[in-house]
Formats: sequence, structure tokens, C-alpha cells
Amino acid sequence: MKLEQMYQEIILDHYRQPHGAGLREPYDAETHHVNPTCGDEVTLRVKLDGQSVQDVSYESLGCSISQASTSVLTDLVVGKSVEEAFRILESFQEMAQSRGKVPGDEEIIGDGIAFAGVSRYPARVKCALLGWMAFKDAVARVKEEA
Amino acid sequence: MTTLQTPTAGLDVASIRDDFPILSRTVREGRPLVYLDSGATSQRPRQVLDAERAFLETHNAAVHRGAHQLAEEATDDYEAARSKIAVFTGAEPEELVFTKNATEAINLVAYAMSNSSIRTGLGPESERFAVGPGDEIVVTELEHHANLVPWQELCRRTGATLRWYSVTEDGRIDLDSLALTERVKVVAFAHQSNVLGSIAPVEELVRRAQAVGALTVLDACQSVPHMPVNLTELGVDFAAFSGHKMLGPSGVGVLFGRTELLDAMPPFITGGSMIEMVRMEGSTYAPPPQRFEAGVPMTSQAVGLGAAVDYLSAIGMDTVFAHERELTKVALDTLREVEGVRIIGPDSLEQRGGAVSFVVDGVHAHDVGQVLDDRGIAVRVGHHCAWPLHRRFGIAATVRASFHVYTTAEEVAQLADGVRAAREFFGVA
Repeated sequence: MKLEQMYQEIILDHYRQPHGAGLREPYDAETHHVNPTCGDEVTLRVKLDGQSVQDVSYESLGCSISQASTSVLTDLVVGKSVEEAFRILESFQEMAQSRGKVPGDEEIIGDGIAFAGVSRYPARVKCALLGWMAFKDAVARVKEEA
Repeated sequence: MTTLQTPTAGLDVASIRDDFPILSRTVREGRPLVYLDSGATSQRPRQVLDAERAFLETHNAAVHRGAHQLAEEATDDYEAARSKIAVFTGAEPEELVFTKNATEAINLVAYAMSNSSIRTGLGPESERFAVGPGDEIVVTELEHHANLVPWQELCRRTGATLRWYSVTEDGRIDLDSLALTERVKVVAFAHQSNVLGSIAPVEELVRRAQAVGALTVLDACQSVPHMPVNLTELGVDFAAFSGHKMLGPSGVGVLFGRTELLDAMPPFITGGSMIEMVRMEGSTYAPPPQRFEAGVPMTSQAVGLGAAVDYLSAIGMDTVFAHERELTKVALDTLREVEGVRIIGPDSLEQRGGAVSFVVDGVHAHDVGQVLDDRGIAVRVGHHCAWPLHRRFGIAATVRASFHVYTTAEEVAQLADGVRAAREFFGVA
């Protein structure tokens, strides 16, 4: 059945027990992204430490895919250099937008490959990318202000 | 699986379904399509598809221009469609303007008012459409964005103030939440909520608007396709509806405006075929409805909408409404039985049509929709272009099931089973 391919156990685990959830101080930039088609929202904060990601904290209102994906994001990027975090983001985004053609590189995106099935459902790709785009935007803001 | 039989008297749904080729297809690995998203767009019967094709194969030409035989025939077909729609909605043909969709129809009124508010070069007859600082435009909290954003924009451009009726906990327009004054120039509201299914007290709202001299604009997108509607008897000044929600084509909508108003109203979109006389220094405009139909209009779509009206009329709108009422009852009765389901909107059939929206505790609407989709059931998930309404209920998104004449009770009953499956899948059962 297709449903299990989309909602891998890893996704459901992250959804039920999201990592890094909640908004924390201190932070360098905060972004608020919405998915205009469904009204899902995420408020996300980034704290950089020089060239590395010290913390990503967030509050979100959304479906299992968007919640789990933001949870996976924090696992993957916190503690990494900004450069590395963006490499992960690009890899995740490429897979998510591939309509099922790119399986994802587990070496780079770890648990993120669980979202490969989501990429087959165009209407849900935005859900999977909501937190990631908020993160990208937040880092860009920190850099603008620096 | 729940099995229910609630046939509506005089309605042979099985033979109706034979008219809709799309209903026999399968989705998601061979599951029969259960289409419960007619509130977003309805499916089209062969009769509509055939009418469009026949028009294009035999009469196609640009209407209201050219003197050759095809131009005459095309114009006749286009105008015949207008006349059919007029009979169907209790209007005069010249009171109906073809637009791209209902959104454009509402924008047409808002922009005509905007143009009136500039005043330069306009006659005194357009003064009644002018608004400015101190004036108020009234809407309701349950409006579809199409009947909200154009009015927000009109206010922004003119300095008028937007006000609104709030919505009660059971999904009705709260008539006590706002008192209209002489400052109100427009009262715009949905005949039937596209989310809640609740039917507005049109007569009372029109009475209140008229008492202060305000114009009324009715969003009839969810009423004209699903129940008998006589726009003249309702007493509204303007109304908008779209073809694709009433078994007709997309790309065609209708603006209704009382003759006296359309006569006095300045145009919105200008250009070819809406003129009376054009000189380099300036132009005068054709009488309605042509004044509001600039450029070569949609033709096969209008003809298709005429065929859709024939199709619905043959069934009878009373029968369509009765059928959808049965389906709504099935939806409410079966969903009520599912733990964790909360209906957003009236939980009774009183003054209610067939849009049934709900939330499921612990499972986001998107995820419910995905499980339903996996079973072949197509519903709408999200805010259904009524974001402020969802905010009012403290929710981000709902699942909405909506019906039409081809929907069966068995299909509707599958909804509750699907919701149970979603609860189980996400571990909240």
C-alpha cells in the first residue's frame, strides 16, 4: 500500500515526538513561513555560532509531514557548519522536488531519506519543505544583518 | 463498512452517473473514484462536453462581430445560453454578464465602484457606486476570499472602511454582531458557506441593507449549483456564480446585476465590443451586458454552461437539493459516530446545504485527506479559501466533503470509514 511508503515509520516517530521543538532564546533571526494552500505555519529561530549552526528552535502548526520534516531538519543541521547545513538542505530539497526520481543520499540527509515517498505527491512537497525554507530564510537574515 | 440506502424520490443516481465519464475511472492503484469535492469543482456530464464540441465543430466564430453566417450562429448560441441561465436563476438575460469566473464577477463590481469613486469624466448616474473615506463596506467572517479580498482592496483604494458580521459557534452569520448605518454602501455575503454549508438569511440581510440604502452583493457560488435560486425574488442587487461548480465548464462565470444598476454602472475592463462610439479623444459605452464583456468572450464555455443548466433543469433543482440534503444527513450521521470528529458548521439540516467540514482530534486535515485519497476518496483539505473563518474557529485546516447530483449515499458513508482508518493509522484510535 502506498500510504506506508509515504508515511515511513521514521516520519511518524518524528511527528509523535518532534526533536528540538519549542522557541528558545537566544537567537539571531526568526522567520515565519506559511503554506498558503493549507494554512500551515512555522515560526523558526536560528542561533549561529560564528560559521556553525548552534541552535534551531521552532513552533509549528501543521500536518505530520511538515512537523516531522522540521524535526529531522534540527537533527541534521544543528552543530554543522552553515556551509554543510546548506549542502544538506540542497540535497533534501532536490529529493523532495524530484517526483520520486531522486531517492536521496543517506550519507548526507540521514533520516531525511524517509521523505523520498512524499516527493511522489506534488501537493505535499511544500509540507516537507516548509521548515527547511524557513531555516534557509532565517540564516540568510542573520547574514544580511551581519 | 457502512452500507446505507437513502434514495431521493424521482432521482435515478445510477443513470445520472452514466452521464459522467470521469466517475467510472479508478485512482491510486485501481480504487474506484469517490469524488466528494464538488464544492471545489463539479464534474461535467457528456451532455455538456457534447454541447461544447458541437458548437466548436459547427458554429464557432467570434460573437457580436462579423456579419457572416457562422458569426450569426455563434452569437445566437451564446445569447441563447444567456437566456437559459436567466430563466434558471429568475433573471432577465440583459441582467447577466458573462465573466471568466465568479471571482472576476465580484471584482467587476468592486472595480466599477472603484472607477465610480474617481468620478472624473463620469455622469451623475455613477455617483451611487462611489465610495470614499467615512463609507463602509460590510462583509461576513465566513466569506470565501473571493468575496473578501476584492472588498479589502476597494477599501484600500478608496479610503472606505471594511466591517464584518462575525460568525456564531454553530456556523451562522451573527446578525447581532453588527448594526448597519447610513455609512454602509455595500453588504456582500455568501448565500451558502463553502465551508460550513450554512445558508444565509438572505431576506433579512437584504432588508437591513436596503434600510440603510446599501447595495447587496450575493456570492451564489454554492447556492445556484445546488438549490433553486430566484435572484429577482431574493431581492439582491448583484450576484455572482461560476460555471464549473454547476456541472458546466471552467472559464465562465456570471455576474447578475439588476437592470437599473447595470445601466448606471461604469465599466471595469474596457476595449473592443464594449463600446458605443470611439474617437481618439474618448469613447462612449454600449448598454449592458455588452458594456461589461470587453474583448472576444468565452463562447463554447457559455454554450456548455447553457447545456449544464438544461441538464440541471431536467432533473429539477428541488430534487438536486433534496438529494444533497439526504447525503448531508448521511455524512453528519456517520461522522458523528466517529470518535474525535468535530463538525465545523451546523450539526443539523436546518438552513443547510451539502458542504460538510470537520476536524479530527490528533490528525491534521492533510493527513486525513491523504488516507482518504489512498482509498480513492477525493475531499478538500485546508482552509478552502476561507482563512479568517478557520481562524475564528481556532483551526488551521479542515477536511471538507461536498456533493452533487451524481454522489451516492454509499460514497458518502465511506468517508466515516476512511476517517476511522486515519485515526488508526496515526495511532489516535
